[in-house]
Amino acid sequence: MRATSSSRQARYWRVRGALPPRVYLAVALAGLALPLALWMWLSASGAVDKVFMPSPLDVLARLVDWALEDDLAGDIRVSVGRVLGGFLLSAVIALPLALLIGTYKPVQAFFEPLTDFIRYMPAVAFIPLVMIWVGIDEGSKIAIIFIGTFFQMTLMMAEDVRRVPMPQIEAAQTMGATRGEIMKFVILPSAWPALLDTLRVTMGWAWTYLVVAELVAANSGLGYSILRAQRFLQTDKIFAGILLIGLIGLLMDQGFRWLHRRKFPWMVQR
Amino acid sequence: MSAPKIHIAALCKHFVSGGNTITALDHVDLDIGANEFVCLVGASGCGKSTLLRAIGGLETYDSGTLAIDGAPINAPGPERAMVFQHYSLYPWLTVMENIRFSRGLRAGRENLTESDVEAASGRADALLALMGLTHAADYYPNQLSGGMQQRVAIARALMNRPQVLLMDEPFGALDAQTREVMHDLIRHVHRLERSTIVFVTHDVEEAIYLGQRVVVMAPRPGRIDSIVTVPLPDAREQDMKHAAEFLALKKSLLARIRETSGMKTDLEQLQRLSGAET
Repeated sequence: MRATSSSRQARYWRVRGALPPRVYLAVALAGLALPLALWMWLSASGAVDKVFMPSPLDVLARLVDWALEDDLAGDIRVSVGRVLGGFLLSAVIALPLALLIGTYKPVQAFFEPLTDFIRYMPAVAFIPLVMIWVGIDEGSKIAIIFIGTFFQMTLMMAEDVRRVPMPQIEAAQTMGATRGEIMKFVILPSAWPALLDTLRVTMGWAWTYLVVAELVAANSGLGYSILRAQRFLQTDKIFAGILLIGLIGLLMDQGFRWLHRRKFPWMVQR
Repeated sequence: MSAPKIHIAALCKHFVSGGNTITALDHVDLDIGANEFVCLVGASGCGKSTLLRAIGGLETYDSGTLAIDGAPINAPGPERAMVFQHYSLYPWLTVMENIRFSRGLRAGRENLTESDVEAASGRADALLALMGLTHAADYYPNQLSGGMQQRVAIARALMNRPQVLLMDEPFGALDAQTREVMHDLIRHVHRLERSTIVFVTHDVEEAIYLGQRVVVMAPRPGRIDSIVTVPLPDAREQDMKHAAEFLALKKSLLARIRETSGMKTDLEQLQRLSGAET
């Protein structure tokens, strides 16, 4: 017996229901194509001035121009470098700290309230201070990205470490593992998938703070180019810059997901 | 009786919870002999898991004596392995890697000779075979059923040849058929490995079928209510569960647990309530 289309639709809309992969892909593509079509229609209709709403083709043309006439590759390289610099510095300090906070109560008592407090201080408000302390060279951008990501990252990673099931740790203890061995052979490998996920999420924030840093004090990079385009009313370049940052972010996100699938094949359920 | 393997005398432990002090263990006395199989049963809150975890060194106590071979217990140790109800396997390691986990620890610390390594891999293979897991050596725990996961956990605990095997409701999450199979398996392990087993369960039938002695514990405060020696031969068969003496013992133990739990079904009130509805 064939399912009627109405019964099939009812199945799609079940609470926590499933979608066949092909239907899922179609819906996902529609979700991307529809805003694009709307944008093309809006800019072509002439209802909005081209200065405010350039067409997708204008943006594409500007992007090509930016790549050929100007130094797009250089801007991307500078921005990606800053994001990775701030992000890696954060991660390298946050990971061992989070392992200690999530494992030992005294370390948690010492660091967590402090970190929780600093986390609520707006990172953007540190910019003037950073410029006084660090100056306006590369160090200041990395410092701002660091301030924007490090505290959140530490708290989230500590939570990941705390979620390692107690029986996994206790089983190691009853097999004679020392504290160091428990950290190395149980807590770290058990928490890795969650830690990688936290890195993926905080990478997004690093990009946010990159743009903030470049808007305030820079003379290169994607964020700086967006700001300069505003001065010359080059809306198409602003669009191009924003879309480009979104695309790079998406690529990095997919990279993390790929790494996740590759490094943790054991997470696949039966 | 010769010197006990585990000696427990006047053991006390208190918790503070929401301003109230709860007595988890109130002067518990218990001696467990070498190679004995003892089951702890009782209503929830009777302290049976606390007592087991204290023997394992995973729980501290406030006063009293707790010793293995005369040496006081105050930390976990490899001679006292523990099997948990769930979430204790390492999902990033294969079945074989899980079982060899404790050897990996020793290999990092001691200078093992080639024959040691060979003996270890022989031991791991033998345990795999004993648990019926030879075909699953390279599987990850996520790919196994609940019963097979517990087999891996037991094999891993046995790898170090522990003198004492502590089991905390290890079959509590398994279905009835799988449990029966696991019961016969663990009895077999006990005969073969000659280790002392302390087994916590809330299932009286399981306790009688497995144990040589059953310790009934009671809550508020957590204490030992009574200890019975199971009148069954050491070679047990599933059919024994229907024997008259088995059923009689089960009935009397259930009655003890019901009496001490402080929880009662008030049939009269239930009837009044349902009568009021019609």
